[in-house]
Amino acid sequence: MLLKKLTEAMGVSSNEDEVREIIKAEVEPYVDRYYTDMMGNLIAVKGEDKSGPRVVLSAHMDEVGLMITKLEDSGLLKFKTVGGIDERILVSKQVQIGKSKIPGVIGAKAIHLQQKEEQKKPIPLNKLYIDIGAKNKEEAEKLVELGDLATFTTKYSQIGEYATGKAFDDRLGCAAIIELMQEEEFDFPVYGVFAVQEEVGLRGSARAAYAIEPDLAIELEGTSASDVPGTEKHGYSTTVGEGPAITVMDSSVITHKKILKGLLKAAEKNEIKYQYRRTNVGGTDAGMISLVKEGIPAAVISVPCRYIHSPVSLMNLDDYQGLKALVKGYFAELEKEGF
Amino acid sequence: MKDLIEEITGIFGPSGSEEKVRTVINKKISNYVDGIETDKLGNLIAFKKGNGEGKKIMLAAHMDQIGLLITHIDENGFLRFTKIGGVNPKRLIGQRFILANGMTGTVGVEKVDEEKEIKFDKLYLDIGASSREEAEKHVSIGDSAIYKPQFDVSGNRVISSYLDNRLGCAVLIMVLEKLKKSPHDIYFVFTVQEEVGLRGAKTAAYQINPDLALAVDVTITGDTPEAHTMDVALGNGTAIKIKDQASITHPMIKELLILTAKKHGIKHQLEVLEHGGTDAGSIHLTRGGIPSGTISLPIRYVHTPSEMADLNDIKASIELILRVLGEEI
Amino acid sequence: MDDNFTLLKKLSETSGISGYEQQVSQIISENFAPYCDEIKGDKMGNLMAVKRADKDSSNRAPRIMLAAHMDEIGLMVTKIEEKGFIRFTSVGGIDPRTLLAQEVVIHGLEDIPGIIGAKPPHLTNENDRKKSVEMEKMFIDPVLGKEDIDKKISVGDLISIKREFLSLHGDSAAGKAVDDRAGVLVLYQTLKELQQLKTKVDLYAVATVQEEVGIRGAITSTFNINPEIGIAIDVCHATMPGVDEEDAAEMGKGPAIGVGPHVHRSILQRLKETAVNYGIEHQIEPYPSPRGTDTWGIQVARTGVASGLISIPLRYMHTSVETLSLTDIKKAGQLLARFIASLDADFVEGLRCY
Repeated sequence: MLLKKLTEAMGVSSNEDEVREIIKAEVEPYVDRYYTDMMGNLIAVKGEDKSGPRVVLSAHMDEVGLMITKLEDSGLLKFKTVGGIDERILVSKQVQIGKSKIPGVIGAKAIHLQQKEEQKKPIPLNKLYIDIGAKNKEEAEKLVELGDLATFTTKYSQIGEYATGKAFDDRLGCAAIIELMQEEEFDFPVYGVFAVQEEVGLRGSARAAYAIEPDLAIELEGTSASDVPGTEKHGYSTTVGEGPAITVMDSSVITHKKILKGLLKAAEKNEIKYQYRRTNVGGTDAGMISLVKEGIPAAVISVPCRYIHSPVSLMNLDDYQGLKALVKGYFAELEKEGF
Repeated sequence: MKDLIEEITGIFGPSGSEEKVRTVINKKISNYVDGIETDKLGNLIAFKKGNGEGKKIMLAAHMDQIGLLITHIDENGFLRFTKIGGVNPKRLIGQRFILANGMTGTVGVEKVDEEKEIKFDKLYLDIGASSREEAEKHVSIGDSAIYKPQFDVSGNRVISSYLDNRLGCAVLIMVLEKLKKSPHDIYFVFTVQEEVGLRGAKTAAYQINPDLALAVDVTITGDTPEAHTMDVALGNGTAIKIKDQASITHPMIKELLILTAKKHGIKHQLEVLEHGGTDAGSIHLTRGGIPSGTISLPIRYVHTPSEMADLNDIKASIELILRVLGEEI
Repeated sequence: MDDNFTLLKKLSETSGISGYEQQVSQIISENFAPYCDEIKGDKMGNLMAVKRADKDSSNRAPRIMLAAHMDEIGLMVTKIEEKGFIRFTSVGGIDPRTLLAQEVVIHGLEDIPGIIGAKPPHLTNENDRKKSVEMEKMFIDPVLGKEDIDKKISVGDLISIKREFLSLHGDSAAGKAVDDRAGVLVLYQTLKELQQLKTKVDLYAVATVQEEVGIRGAITSTFNINPEIGIAIDVCHATMPGVDEEDAAEMGKGPAIGVGPHVHRSILQRLKETAVNYGIEHQIEPYPSPRGTDTWGIQVARTGVASGLISIPLRYMHTSVETLSLTDIKKAGQLLARFIASLDADFVEGLRCY
């Protein structure tokens, strides 16, 4: 199960190795070649010799997580967040640290020992610690180094058409590119860019695009859905189960009109249920790609996920299939009409 | 001049939808230039050849304007929206907006107790539709809207929506009309997506790779009651930018502009802007660095539907650009 | 006084506010020249000292860039009031509380002394004193008649804090603009150390411009040089009461080697090995975000650069009394020189293998 394998892997920004190795093994039999670049992006190429537009499909391998910033004399570990995490979600979670996946928990003072007033306020980051069971600093030093990265330990599970797990943003995009490369033959060169460091400032993907110089790029993402109690309908941004979300404009990019039209046409023709992403908050690698060199037409399609950037998010697998169908449909248009 | 400003400020073209502006400008300048093209992001790049002995100069004015992006249509036909560029939600109530097809609407607000609660999620655009079905005949999610264009002349000043930065576009058009001879290869670039992150200028500058660049854009003033501490005043001439948040004018360009203005007795003022930026911000960091500066048009009430400019400042700006282009650099 | 103190004093006392680094650049150029093969500037004002590989093959030597920013934070005239008082804004991030009652130099047509005025305690009430003064409310009193002010000062002129570089107890010193002239000194020390060592790479020691206003010089200079490896040398916070070691390194305990998304793992590894092999005292400084230093610009130039970060611990950052230990500069230079001498084409080739 590809999504399970990918989402349970560790891949906090700049430490995407486990994810990269899974992807390499998955795509190898189906692509012309793959390579890594200076940043650590993995690029898989299919149909390189074909004529027609050069297309980049981009998704990022990295996920938000934690970085160990101090080893206390007590053996407890202080940490900071890598990428955007609401600090209030951290307490009372299981984590794993570093390459050897040292298990730990994020603890807090028991409720019995708290003042009433304390409970009303969120626990600040500098009052949270990871406990790995080390009795003192010396013991901790044998297991953990400063700068080590940690993730949540959430397991993937599927209930009907819904899936829950961590790092859907953006392992679902990685999975979609992998499956497209496995299932499809293309009439034009397609570059699957599995990018690093999206969560810390859209750092990776555009560097790959700089070398590839594609005619167009499509970013496949997991995006936030807020179709939950407490949000008015006009604040949902996306709705789970209503199909893949097409971005018109976010804080990093305005989707290129030509691609946008093509996507809508493909959706209509193939009767693919879709929705617009109904906010312009948040940015993706497409923004950085679009500004490479003389400019690269770019677009973003995403699968709505509730509780994104937290230990457990939820998505609809029909939306995921819809995302793939939309890319396939658009590719059929590209094959016919060019770009 | 006034006619041109009225015409060009009235065209629909928020960030990402600059097509109509591009078409109008293209028509107006094509006779004056040696080449003209639209690049991948939508920038209009016009080229005027020099005598082979000058420099390669890029002039940039952005075509796009701030506005609203429609994000939701409810059962009763009300539209919800978010902003495109720097729009202040507290100043929108009662303002009229138009869609690309000319449909007009006005902004209303949900019941709120205090003004500080007014954020985009409390506002809606009412286009007179009484149901979702009716509204959807005229608008769909992802469409954009702009302030309904208004243009007036008051004495020596114009009050208009979208002087930012159609006034810059108008200035470049008038420069092209008046420019007789220059030793330099000049690229007049009408850029896209400035209001959402100085984007178009970046890719255009990469393609052109000029020796130096000047952005032509508006700036705010400090000459109104209890204003910001700022020296720029309406009517005090063209403003030569020293610094804003996105760039520090290259010392060579700063000197070039000041000396040229002094030499030809062009009324000018120096500008230090604490916030904001212009296309020069992204141009000067392109490739290995491009010496850049900005010629600013002083404007009061920026990003409101009633921006005000002084006609003499506009003339001074045009003259400064013409004189700079005529100089050996 | 040793060579490093003398140069750091000179650099600290020279004004080089972002965008106007020429004077500092000139001093650096003169002092670096004996230790490199070529010195050149670029359009933005970045200064590059090039020291070529000791030739042993016809292949192109890999390029490594070291970057320390030579610009400093400062002030700029925004308005001259009718009576001649000068209003100003900051260039780069300045805590306005550190400005009151400072002597300054206004770089007008000539250098003009001024005072950032403060109301005497007799005229302020208790409530006033509980609040800090906003920069927009402050003014400079230039020690000049109004007529001279109009002639000699204009909007956009730069203003520096007047501050003599001071030697403190032991190897400590304090002054303005030590962020990041200390980094420039590390470049200097590295070049000196390399005189005794053989290298297989072309070294570009770059004093960058406009870091304090948005990492700007690093973006363009990295594009120009197109290096395989780029290491920024900057300052980091040093521990003091109220600043925990989680967020800081210790002054006098050697350079801090940065760890984070902006640091290539093989560069980190090699820096640590080099420090251990040559017994160079050092510290490890984790950074959860890649923002904040020249590595932000260096890492993402063109198709990506293998980047690293070395920091000199510094107290009271972005004030005019920034304090450091000169020993840390020396050790950082030793570490970087040994690191550079260890590099070869095979190592660089391996940087793309993940």
